[in-house]
Amino acid sequence: MSVILVRVDDRLIHGQVVVAWGRTERVGRIALVDDVIRGSAWEQDLYRLGVPDGVDVVFVSVAEAASAFAEWQENDRRTLVLVGNIETLSRLCATVHIPQVNLGGLHKGAGRTERLPYVFLSDDEERQLHALDERGVRITAQDVPTSLPVPLSDLAC
Amino acid sequence: MSETLLGVVVTHGDLARALVDAVRRITGDDGSLVAMSNDGCGRDGLVQQLQLAIGDWPCVVFVDLPSGSCLQASATYLRSHANVALVAGVNLAMLLDFVYHRNGTPQAAAQRAVDKGGEAVRAVPG
Repeated sequence: MSVILVRVDDRLIHGQVVVAWGRTERVGRIALVDDVIRGSAWEQDLYRLGVPDGVDVVFVSVAEAASAFAEWQENDRRTLVLVGNIETLSRLCATVHIPQVNLGGLHKGAGRTERLPYVFLSDDEERQLHALDERGVRITAQDVPTSLPVPLSDLAC
Repeated sequence: MSETLLGVVVTHGDLARALVDAVRRITGDDGSLVAMSNDGCGRDGLVQQLQLAIGDWPCVVFVDLPSGSCLQASATYLRSHANVALVAGVNLAMLLDFVYHRNGTPQAAAQRAVDKGGEAVRAVPG
């Protein structure tokens, strides 16, 4: 399969993604799944600044990602799928079977508490993640490839 | 006469604090630069921090890389604030020059920072 990582990271395309994961996993395409950015040309330009030469980037809505996911899986191009929040992840997982998800960065926000230095979750977000886990999505937190993955069960308050 | 510019340095990790500390040690300046880190912050959190640090003050924001979360947050802030300019690729030389040249427009100060910072990057013959 050529979707090599599905990552939740509110910074979306940034250093850890393009340098650490991109090089380690030899990523050839980044699929940024976000309904707002899909419709915002200036935000797309902003995120393109961080994409290295030789890596394609596509900006898609959740609905478009659901349609394209099978093609990404079958294609030889190694694809990293990025979403910026748990709600988008839940919507994507509702239409596509995703076996494994990486929590890479969810930072301080209203109603969230710290679970790891780079993972802050609200109670509702935690519930959504457990609902995905119960449906067979393996969820671990890991900011960079050289750190140890932390299972969802260790992210409780 | 325009208002004196504020400088905000936004970087990964502790780089901004270290740069601002180095400027203070060299010049004695204490107050024209504010250091900000992206530690623990997403884009929205950084934009809020910028709002708090800058208010309505004319400002140049210096970020470390020409991509990534520091730039994304600063560029987002810039879109709704005409009296703010943005420079990517901050270095110590441009900050040292900036603290003595804070009376122009943010845009002119940003261009000067690019020129002065660029001049300082060179291969030194042995």
